[in-house]
Amino acid sequence: MPKVTIDGISIEVPDGTTILQAARMIGERDKADRHVVPPAMCYYTSLKTSGGYCRTCIVKVTKGSDKDPRPMPKPVASCRTAVMDGMEVANTTDPTLIDARNGVVEMLLINHPLDCPICDQAGECHLQDLSYENGKAASRYEFERRTFDPIDIGDTIKLHMTRCILCYRCVKVAEQLTDGRVHGVINRGDVAEISTYISQAIENDFSGNMIDVCPVGALTDKTFRFASRVWFTKPVDAHRNCENPKCSGNVVLWLKGNEVLRVTGRKDQWGEVESFICNTCRFDKKDVHAWTVEGPRKIDRHSVISQGHYQLKREQPLLASPAPNVPELAKRKELKDR
Amino acid sequence: MARKLLFEHIDKPGIRGLEGYRANGGYRSVEKALRTMSPDAVLEEVKKSGLRGRGGAGFPTGMKWSFLAKPEGVPRYLVVNADESEPGTFKDRYLMERIPHILVEGMITSSFALGAKTSYVYVRGEYFYVARILEQAIAEARAAGWLGKNILGSGFDHDIHVQVGAGAYICGEETALLESLEGKRGNPRIKPPFPAVKGLYDCPTVVNNVETIAAVVPIVNDGGEEYAKIGIGKSTGTKLISAGGNIKRPGVYEIDLGITCDEFINSDEYCGGVDGRAFKAVVPGGSSVPIVPYELFLKTPTGENRLMTYESLSEGGFAQGTMMGSGGFYAYNDAQCIVRSTWNHARFYHHESCGQCSPCREGTGWLDKVLERLEHGEGRMEDIDLLWDIQRKIEGNTICPLGDAAAWPVASAIRHFRDEFEYHVTHREKVKDPKHFAREPFRKSAKFATA
Amino acid sequence: MSARTRPITTTEGTKPFAFSETALAECRELIARYPEGRSKSALIPILHIAQAENDGWLSVNAMDAVAHLMGLRHIEVYEVASFYSMFNLHPVGTYVLDVCRTTPCMLRGSDELIHHLEKKLGIHAGETTKDGMFTLKAVECLGSCGSGPMLQCGAGYHEDLTIEKVDALIEELRARNQRTNYTDR
Ligand SMILES: Cc1cc2nc3c(=O)[nH]c(=O)nc-3n(C[C@H](O)[C@H](O)[C@H](O)COP(=O)(O)O)c2cc1C
Ligand code: SF4
Ligand code: SF4
Ligand code: FES
Ligand code: FES
Repeated sequence: MPKVTIDGISIEVPDGTTILQAARMIGERDKADRHVVPPAMCYYTSLKTSGGYCRTCIVKVTKGSDKDPRPMPKPVASCRTAVMDGMEVANTTDPTLIDARNGVVEMLLINHPLDCPICDQAGECHLQDLSYENGKAASRYEFERRTFDPIDIGDTIKLHMTRCILCYRCVKVAEQLTDGRVHGVINRGDVAEISTYISQAIENDFSGNMIDVCPVGALTDKTFRFASRVWFTKPVDAHRNCENPKCSGNVVLWLKGNEVLRVTGRKDQWGEVESFICNTCRFDKKDVHAWTVEGPRKIDRHSVISQGHYQLKREQPLLASPAPNVPELAKRKELKDR
Repeated sequence: MARKLLFEHIDKPGIRGLEGYRANGGYRSVEKALRTMSPDAVLEEVKKSGLRGRGGAGFPTGMKWSFLAKPEGVPRYLVVNADESEPGTFKDRYLMERIPHILVEGMITSSFALGAKTSYVYVRGEYFYVARILEQAIAEARAAGWLGKNILGSGFDHDIHVQVGAGAYICGEETALLESLEGKRGNPRIKPPFPAVKGLYDCPTVVNNVETIAAVVPIVNDGGEEYAKIGIGKSTGTKLISAGGNIKRPGVYEIDLGITCDEFINSDEYCGGVDGRAFKAVVPGGSSVPIVPYELFLKTPTGENRLMTYESLSEGGFAQGTMMGSGGFYAYNDAQCIVRSTWNHARFYHHESCGQCSPCREGTGWLDKVLERLEHGEGRMEDIDLLWDIQRKIEGNTICPLGDAAAWPVASAIRHFRDEFEYHVTHREKVKDPKHFAREPFRKSAKFATA
Repeated sequence: MSARTRPITTTEGTKPFAFSETALAECRELIARYPEGRSKSALIPILHIAQAENDGWLSVNAMDAVAHLMGLRHIEVYEVASFYSMFNLHPVGTYVLDVCRTTPCMLRGSDELIHHLEKKLGIHAGETTKDGMFTLKAVECLGSCGSGPMLQCGAGYHEDLTIEKVDALIEELRARNQRTNYTDR
């Protein structure tokens, strides 16, 4: 069993464990050590080939292994890098790494709308947590942000592409959980988008899980009864004997009084659902009597939702002089590039 | 004049066809390898030659080949990278168009060494007509028995397929190329695993540049040691340089590695000197390598003559050196504006980012926009530091080297030509004229002239 | 959108698509070229053929026909088609002029060439002339940097262009009035 040391804390892990998984094991062993766990916006344990895209989980490998102690020249994605015996990793202990990660977070935010106060995901958004913990919100970006119109993909799911961070999780859900992927990533570069291309519904027994895996408010539940802030609802664990053999029937009901506002999968302390649920459980069972309620859900995550603040921490712009005159640029932009 | 290895016969009549090529000694390396050598012996010659990848990274080819995994019962592939999209680079097109059989020959000989029964050449979509030329050459070779079953009675079977792309610079990156060859979007793969273990169709694969594979022909014909006699140190053999920009004689030149940069840019055998008033800057290896002022191209920081070798071009590190890259050489005269050129570079990377990872997807666009406003006289002094900071946050933090390639031209331009960036803020009205330096060249401020 | 205009994502108002017999034979040959189970490799070459058979662009109908022929999900085809810059996702003119705008060509005058073409044709880069004859595209390096400024039209490269040369080219193309494709032989 290789031994890896992250921010000075060691653990022995099975062969093939990634740095991120090892860090989570340390965090599970002792909550006080949770700071060694890098943030992960695209990796999802139960989705094969996920991870590697967002780059928020980068860490510095200061010692490659006992066999080859050379440090790795660049930060590596901890979610896609396997540990080696004797490896030493810096997550919060290296200022250059923290700087690099803040840079990644800034990049993720430059085109992200600053509409948290009206976003349905506010309070349970991983990007909101991330920006709260890692840096300054997109204060230096003065150009027009990329926008898309929200679209309905079927009766149950809404896509706000403007908020998407292209983590590819929903694509992997569609590929690995459903029997027919009809959406994907089209175009490339910074105009890449999640899309069905032609107007089309995503109809499938398990498509609702895309909502749960989406780290931001890009995919949301259209059946969520009221535009209610999540922190005004009461989450309870519940289950039912689901007819669908692939569905665990273990869910969280978000209640207001006795009314079921929405149904989701159960998320663990890393924000990942423990087991996927079918669309019948998620969208159709909105009567509390359809469920056996187990008791209140403990929100374990260190997150905005558990801390009760939901506004982005925003710093003053760093640039002093007035913004340039951009209409002229916009016009030029229109001329080229088509 | 130095001896040419790849272009020796390029002007001979009929060299594009099999007959003309054969009449000038073509396919000798296949005969020699298949009749008299073992695959490992071919690999040994390539190792001895010191050949380094000509696609950009300069990785030793013999070493790359020896990493190829050889599990029992699993096919192996050779994939030739003819995507050639690095701005400034047009050598592979020239070679494939003029003397296509040298690539076909190199692919057969190399595949024999690697034990690959099938090889692919991935040609960028814009080179459709070049793909047709290659297809024609392959058909000729097949008809003459150089391809197919039991070639020359050696028991070695081989066939080559041409694949076209459809317009995406990123498909030059080897794993994006493999994705594209599999009929997918050109998103680079996350490594490891490397192609040598899991490449095309999950099988062990070697990806090499067109020129690299063509160079295997003279290496096998004359022996690796003979090849290594040309050049200096770890830069052996000849290299194709495609030269453009403001020079008198643009074109593709086969140089002996080790000639001086001065000879290359100024002699009539090669670039023939400046087209215009005076040289200002040079990008010697394609748009991804650092731009350097003309003086720093000629001399290393220690004042020695700079040479056209991998080592000498990078002497001085990132701060004062540059790179051989793909050999896409272009020079600037003093009518050119570095800020405009940097914006043009940034726009290119913005356009070509695949969009998979956040620093490159978002950062390349940001660079483009800030540079655009600077170039158009609408920037601010702080923009220069902002650019520096953005490029720094892209570099090293991405999935593939395109992120670095987008960052370096910006970093090097600011490093060497910061005063020109400042001028764009202090002389906003002047730079609104798109030909601002064509009429009156930019003069270095005293601060920079001495620095 | 900075990189391209929005694709046409509906079949409404576009004509039906069917491969010609010769194209179909070529596609079948392409599909057979790859190892067992790897025929998706033929997707890009087949999209080129479909584009050439559909007046130079890939409509939803054309892409759906490709998906059907190859046994792929429609989204797999849309994803690939929208990634590559040579695939047009909206109608284009009889001639598509791909003018290189990248740095080495810029050093040799591509900005002026593009500007001249915009004025001459009365359109901006990215647009099509009213008579449907020309689509002007400013594209990235085409691997002809020593002979810039240059443009590609169909399979052919037109290099070392001057204002006079490009004017003559435009007249010649206009007189010929015959579609060119990248796949032309
Ligand atoms: C963004 C990017 C673009 C590249 N483009 C090319 C290319 O057009 N042609 C090429 O031969 N190599 C290109 N490369 C390098 C290839 O990834 C790979 O290293 C090369 O094909 C290996 O061949 P070699 O060892 O013979 O040089 C590119 C790399 C990157 C990161
Ligand atoms: S929609 Fe959500 S899950 Fe899908 S890629 Fe975007 S952010 Fe990720
Ligand atoms: S660095 Fe750029 S091109 Fe490379 S994988 Fe990331 S987004 Fe794609
Ligand atoms: S979580 Fe590792 S790169 Fe996104
Ligand atoms: S820059 Fe125009 S062809 Fe290369």
